[in-house]
Amino acid sequence: MTSAGSGLTLLQTCALSLLVFTGASQFALVGALAAGGSPFTAAAGAFFLGVRNAFYGLRLSQLLALPRAVRPFAAQWVIDETAAVSLAQPTRRGARIGFLVTGLSLYVLWNLTTLLGALGAEAIGDTDAWGLDAAGPAVFLALLAPMLRTGTERLVAGLAVLLGLGLLPVLPAGVPVLVAALAAPAVLWARGRRGGAGRDDAGERGDAPERDGTPEEDR
Amino acid sequence: MNIWIAIGVTALGCYAVKLAGLLVPAGALERPLVRRLAALLPVALLAALTAQQTFADGRTLVLDARAVGLAAAAVALVLRAPFLVVVGVAVVVTAGVRALGG
Repeated sequence: MTSAGSGLTLLQTCALSLLVFTGASQFALVGALAAGGSPFTAAAGAFFLGVRNAFYGLRLSQLLALPRAVRPFAAQWVIDETAAVSLAQPTRRGARIGFLVTGLSLYVLWNLTTLLGALGAEAIGDTDAWGLDAAGPAVFLALLAPMLRTGTERLVAGLAVLLGLGLLPVLPAGVPVLVAALAAPAVLWARGRRGGAGRDDAGERGDAPERDGTPEEDR
Repeated sequence: MNIWIAIGVTALGCYAVKLAGLLVPAGALERPLVRRLAALLPVALLAALTAQQTFADGRTLVLDARAVGLAAAAVALVLRAPFLVVVGVAVVVTAGVRALGG
């Protein structure tokens, strides 16, 4: 992996994957260290990239309804992929299984490939030539697609894409994605205003957290 | 030693934000507005991440083989192809375009 090429030892590289386990943060940390940044500025950049996991946690905690004692252990697996897979499941049972299977397999695979990558850093060659760098966004796209059921979700997604791409060249790594997250409250706010303040909570019932799509249509 | 400090700080920070999201009391999430927001945030994050991983090269925006691969994946999604087929199409098409384009 890249970190072996930027001055980290085998032990440091593996510790990073085991302890941090958020790919984007790891790459950011390694990149900043390789560029000669201080450990604290490097860690700050990596931290910003990790903040989005808190938003996934918000959604996952109500969806999975985990016992309090389990949460500290589950937390380490709250990442893009587990959140996306869990949220795509129609039932709580499915979401829990999805979270567990995705978390476990990714954790094992990620750390195994880190070890192999650090051992044979140059041996693998150019993975880009095989088109593997398109697999990540394709996975996200496939998981995102079923969430785009109503106009509200599509509007949020479109705005987030614009923000994420538009701000990429001007803001530090990790920050554009966080700004793009603001698309969600922005669209909610705009819709709430258009529908009138009194109707803000109208179409909402107190039952299952699963999205059924219909209440959003008319707002 | 500096590297170990950076690893330690990053690990703690990243774990803390993951845990913070899970520990927000359930009561706070019962409010409809909060719940709708929590449902929409992953949509925004996934959409932004998908776009960045498709069009970003470091901090510059590029239009390369990945965009063709993702377009093919989108077509596969519209045709209701299974998950693995969608990802496979993106990988194969991206590699194909790279092989043709040199």
